[in-house]
Amino acid sequence: MSGNGASVIIIGGGVTGLSAAWWLAREGVDVLVLEKGIVGWEASGRNGGGCTHYMSPLFEEEQRLWPQMDELLGYPTEYQRERIIFSVDSTQVTFYRRMIQGKMPPQFKWDELDARQVREAVPLAGDNAAGGVHLHFGGHANPQRTVQAYAFALQDLGGRILQHTAVTGLESEGGKIKAVLTTRGRFACDQLVVAAGPQCGGLLAMVGVDLPMAPARAEMIVTEPLPLMPLGGVDGNGLYGRQTLRGNLAYGGGPHEWLENVPAEGEPPRPSTPVLRNLARRLYELFPKAAHVRVIRSWAGVIENTPDGRPVLERLGSPENVTVATMSSVGFGLSPATGHAIRDLVMDGQCGFADLSTLKLDRFKDVPADWRRRQGWYQPGAEAGLELAA
Amino acid sequence: MTYPFFPLPDDQRPDFKSIAGKYKAPEKHAQLLVIGAGPAGIAAAIEGARAGVTVMLVDEHPISPALMGMDVPFQFGGRMDGSVQNQERMLEQVLGSNEELALAFELGVEIELSTYAWGAWIEAPGLHSLPCPIVGLANESRSWLVSFDRLVLATGARDLNLSFEGSDQPGVMGAQALHALLIRYDAFAGRRLVVIGSDELALKTALLAIARGLEVAAIIEAHSEPAGPADLLAALAAKGVELITRHVPLKARGNAEGVTGLTISAVDGSGTSREIACDTVCLALGVVPVVELLDVLGLKPVLDATRGGWIGKAGADGATDAPQIYVAGDCAGLGGDAVAQGKAASLAALRSLGREVEASSAAPAPAGPDVLAYRSFWMRTMLATGGRDVLACVCEEVTRGELLGVQPPRYLGWRWNAMGRRDLGTLAKDGPLNQDQVKRLTRACMGQCQARRCREQVAMLLEIESGAEAGSVPLAGYRAPVRPLPLATLADMEEHPDMGPGWDVWFGIPTQWIHFKDIGTEREREQLGENVHL
Repeated sequence: MSGNGASVIIIGGGVTGLSAAWWLAREGVDVLVLEKGIVGWEASGRNGGGCTHYMSPLFEEEQRLWPQMDELLGYPTEYQRERIIFSVDSTQVTFYRRMIQGKMPPQFKWDELDARQVREAVPLAGDNAAGGVHLHFGGHANPQRTVQAYAFALQDLGGRILQHTAVTGLESEGGKIKAVLTTRGRFACDQLVVAAGPQCGGLLAMVGVDLPMAPARAEMIVTEPLPLMPLGGVDGNGLYGRQTLRGNLAYGGGPHEWLENVPAEGEPPRPSTPVLRNLARRLYELFPKAAHVRVIRSWAGVIENTPDGRPVLERLGSPENVTVATMSSVGFGLSPATGHAIRDLVMDGQCGFADLSTLKLDRFKDVPADWRRRQGWYQPGAEAGLELAA
Repeated sequence: MTYPFFPLPDDQRPDFKSIAGKYKAPEKHAQLLVIGAGPAGIAAAIEGARAGVTVMLVDEHPISPALMGMDVPFQFGGRMDGSVQNQERMLEQVLGSNEELALAFELGVEIELSTYAWGAWIEAPGLHSLPCPIVGLANESRSWLVSFDRLVLATGARDLNLSFEGSDQPGVMGAQALHALLIRYDAFAGRRLVVIGSDELALKTALLAIARGLEVAAIIEAHSEPAGPADLLAALAAKGVELITRHVPLKARGNAEGVTGLTISAVDGSGTSREIACDTVCLALGVVPVVELLDVLGLKPVLDATRGGWIGKAGADGATDAPQIYVAGDCAGLGGDAVAQGKAASLAALRSLGREVEASSAAPAPAGPDVLAYRSFWMRTMLATGGRDVLACVCEEVTRGELLGVQPPRYLGWRWNAMGRRDLGTLAKDGPLNQDQVKRLTRACMGQCQARRCREQVAMLLEIESGAEAGSVPLAGYRAPVRPLPLATLADMEEHPDMGPGWDVWFGIPTQWIHFKDIGTEREREQLGENVHL
């Protein structure tokens, strides 16, 4: 493996890093992705696949891009437009409506559904359905397939991915990162993008930048396939997820476990737990007509959150050739737009299509070292290294 | 905004939306919990009872007809007769065929039959929230949790499947399933078998079938010489059973009731084939140690080609890398003395609990034949004769060709040129092949049989195509539930009282879902107390 590097090095072969690399490669930029394992191996490839992030400044770009992604990438993402969210609890239905009312730009249409309309639209719903909302935008995609699509499309454009390559150090000179040191040698770069999920904090600490984040494990369950509903993007009742195009029900939600710091190399442990019974209960309540459908798998992923749960997406002032992208546990759906924003930050110094001022790192400058303890973001009895996580 | 970014009432600390403190006490506790009531598991349970600890022995037999139909845990191939629907008869059969079980019961062992162990958890990196070590149990109608001090896994071995054209129809089954249907259940629906393979397992299977009054039409071996011992071969020859070497199954013919005949093909490239009338094709190319729960526990199986492939990693007394977990019997490697292993594991577990019992260890099993080389030759030969249109994964209908081309599943109807330029070779350039990655791209091993019918053959196909050494591609991982369980069965209807109120779709961080234009405004403050989101 040569140590010759690339114009832009991206640390992290998850969905954000790969999208950014693909956007840069489309511009002809010489880009190299360093991935400590396999592309999309962690939370990027194991999540609900939702593409409906109305709270984000990247929302409109997310909605613009998803319907084109299969074509742009040349590989399937399984993106399916539209989403129904319904509940078996009328209070929750009221919340759903309140969340949307007055929040969506006028071009994004949605309808209220009463209980009967839910049952008509969702064959697996039962008599307990209370009502919901039907969004004529947003939707879902297949996480693992999408990550691989970015990776393949990137390679087709001449971009490089080095898997099984963990970063061990960052070499700086004159206020810039000059090279990335890895388990497979030294790679020089003009610009660096840190898009390494739960590893972002540790990587930035190498150059004295404090990015507070806390890793946690979240879980999902998957059933055997069953006939396709007219719309696969159906969730609610405290669950996120979808019916896949194969017919499996893949749903998550509920309690997470805050973790100690994740290892810099190798795969973080990601055991599923008995919580899958609580997930099964809520899925059974959501879809009583799927009571007999068998759960055949579970997933777990390790995901990071910043102290306010919002992304940090910024070209740093110092070192000035570093762009940071942690999506704070909500990265998959936004990835087409995030990649575009990172392309802008790297090439133009600022995002040309969205206002990212709320996603700057300096909002955490007053966060105390013991913030995880103050916020209760720890598992009692497993608090070693908690302060270091700041 | 200034820190803290959102209000956190004292009564919601530590994070009320996290799992902390939300496990309800398990329904029962066993000082010694044993999974699997074969010879190893029963021996372990009996030792525990004799030492005076509380012992629970769990076994999934008699299996529900629903799971049998899904080829779980053995490849039953639809050849069970109607009597498996009669739960009482099945229970009698299981008890009647297992006298040691009665002894364990008399000694006070709590025995749970028709009960699946679908998950197991101990405190480990990435999992600190458990109040105690836990096993997830279920039958067809409900699931529950049991805690333990020590767990002995004696989960045995399952069938190895190599598919061929038509092998997804009723009548193509595994040797373990045949054994269970003949001995444990007395519920086998076939009459005339072809046995595939000629090692000790295959020859004993053929002799068992004959002893039960069935007809064995032929024994098929891909190699030029049979693999099994001479005395068994002589016994079969004396019964007039034909041994056909240098042949492999090519195609099973059948009707609505399943297999009616098997076409076998010479492996010499001549293309000559032969028809054999039969109603059952019994695959007896080997068995696979059941390491599912070990993998779920985070105890990674190790590869030992002379002990059956991927097996539980353990010392002579069955101790694993986790102090609470012991293994015994076939899941710790084939060919050992199961009773001695069960006893040794149980005694070691009891000593670790402070009981004054004798020390015991099982003599290491003699190294058996290299199963990886034997199976790999079979796979290579069947790939060469059967071609790439044969299904590698039956549940997901993925052919060998689609698998090795790393193509997206057919239902996507993806016909772009870019994908056509991708195959196993291009994927291998990016790093060592990983079955879990290929699985997600092709869906091979993603089906309802939980990859029992394809995990090993998919790995072998990947190895053969890429020129990798046998056993070098790590098998796809196992995830709970390791038995396919209905949603309504798995559902916890009596959860911890905090589970519902603390439930959130995602992390429950109020600031996470505030619209970016509301951040820092009065509207944000209004919304922070609500934390509702889609």
